[in-house]
Amino acid sequence: MLLLHIDTAFLIEKIILISVILGGSLGVAMYATWAERKVAAIMQDRVGPNRAGPFGLLQPLADGLKLFFKEEIIPDRSTRFLFILGPCLAMLTALMTSSIVPWGPDFTLKNGHTVSLQVADINIGILFVFGVVSLGVYGIMLGGWASNNKFSLLSSIRSASQAISYELAMGISLIALLMMTGSLSLREIVAQQHGFWDGHWPTWNVFKQPLGFLIFLVCSFAELNRAPFDLAEAESELNMGYHQEYSSMKLGFYLFAEYINLFVSSAILITLFWGGYNFPFMDKVAAGVSPVLFSIICVLVLITKVIFMILFFMAVRWTLPRFRYDQLMKLGWRSLIPLALVNMVITGAVILWVIK
Amino acid sequence: MGNKVRTTMEKLTNRATAVDRSPLTFGERLYLPAIFKGLRITLGHIFKKKATVKYPEEKRPFSPVFRGLHVLNRDEEGRERCTACGLCALACPAEAITMEAAERLPGEENLYREEKYAAKYEINMLRCIFCGFCEEACPKDAVYLSETVMPANYSREGFIYKKGDLLIPHPQKQEQGNK
Repeated sequence: MLLLHIDTAFLIEKIILISVILGGSLGVAMYATWAERKVAAIMQDRVGPNRAGPFGLLQPLADGLKLFFKEEIIPDRSTRFLFILGPCLAMLTALMTSSIVPWGPDFTLKNGHTVSLQVADINIGILFVFGVVSLGVYGIMLGGWASNNKFSLLSSIRSASQAISYELAMGISLIALLMMTGSLSLREIVAQQHGFWDGHWPTWNVFKQPLGFLIFLVCSFAELNRAPFDLAEAESELNMGYHQEYSSMKLGFYLFAEYINLFVSSAILITLFWGGYNFPFMDKVAAGVSPVLFSIICVLVLITKVIFMILFFMAVRWTLPRFRYDQLMKLGWRSLIPLALVNMVITGAVILWVIK
Repeated sequence: MGNKVRTTMEKLTNRATAVDRSPLTFGERLYLPAIFKGLRITLGHIFKKKATVKYPEEKRPFSPVFRGLHVLNRDEEGRERCTACGLCALACPAEAITMEAAERLPGEENLYREEKYAAKYEINMLRCIFCGFCEEACPKDAVYLSETVMPANYSREGFIYKKGDLLIPHPQKQEQGNK
């Protein structure tokens, strides 16, 4: 009966944390759609959504409601099971990644119970991210293939090959980072970036690995299927891309998964390179306030950073035109991968001979 | 001599430049300087004035010669001015106006100004091109184009405006109503 001996407090704590993160991700993704439209509007000297509620803040609700009430169409010639599985998988993988992001430092309650603001501290955290992100391609691939439409299939193949190509450069750029941190656990990596200044050098990884960050950033644009790499949704060539045949909330799932991906990958980017929840003078703040309040401040710092990252992604989307497919592949294979390799070799040499 | 055939196309402006197809330099192939330049431009638009007029709350003034929805006028005592002469219908290039004349009966002097009046007066707003010729043709100053935009409607029938839709409110009755 020892197997059934479950720590109830632990279970409740995790369930609460998971619900909060799930709700939070969905909420941020909802408002990311609103923010995207606002950012686009501002950059084009327009006003953007402003009818539903103050500043159009209820617009995402209205959009969601509209999608729910739309007629659900499953094409006759589609592979029904896979057609439904596609958007589910896209949504699932989008949400799964958020489980390993450390949202804030641990804090101890008055009864001595330590609460961790990370759903699962896996020691192979980054590998898990890569695994789940690659799984996300299946959502797109299945959707595109199962809808039995040439354009969808073309788009999903494009998307898959793009994701695979850029995952390589992404992985190699991260290897350089991992050589410096010596750990795959995200919690460890964030702990190493404590504060902002360790007396000699900024602690955040972006200052130690600027080229690695750049490559990772470019690759995340490609992984997220966002402009300038949104080849999968090139309207002029493929109509709507892999979600051409989808309607109602299944379409909503695809669109929504994209924004959750945007949120989660921004969070991972911040965690890996921009110090996660760390901020300058955090030790002084920690000494001044209670541990619970300090954790909340840290979470807010992380969220602020993530929002800035999302806004940056959006600014780039509304600035750059789309790459051509051969240019995309050329950039991935002939520029980013060699660059990432060079970065890795330089990092290795520096660790071997300079830092020791 | 006048019909000289042009063999090469003349340039309309002096702004045309040949397309530069030289390969990208290293700096250009980095893309990053160009991306930052682009971001500076787009982010600069945050502080620019919006071009939008928030329509229902904010309306742009019409031009002084704007021609909107028709009205049928009354005189100071509230009598209909229209005598159903048919000049507006004749002037109408879109043939949007139909009317039927009737003779004023004794006792209706407070309703109609002249001995003849329009028993039926219809303007098909789907045909109307808002040229204002009816307004110019009217010898009795009865039909005017107002400054109202034609409202939308769900059915075609709704666009055929009857006399009741076109007549302006009775001035004296309105005053009584306000009291």
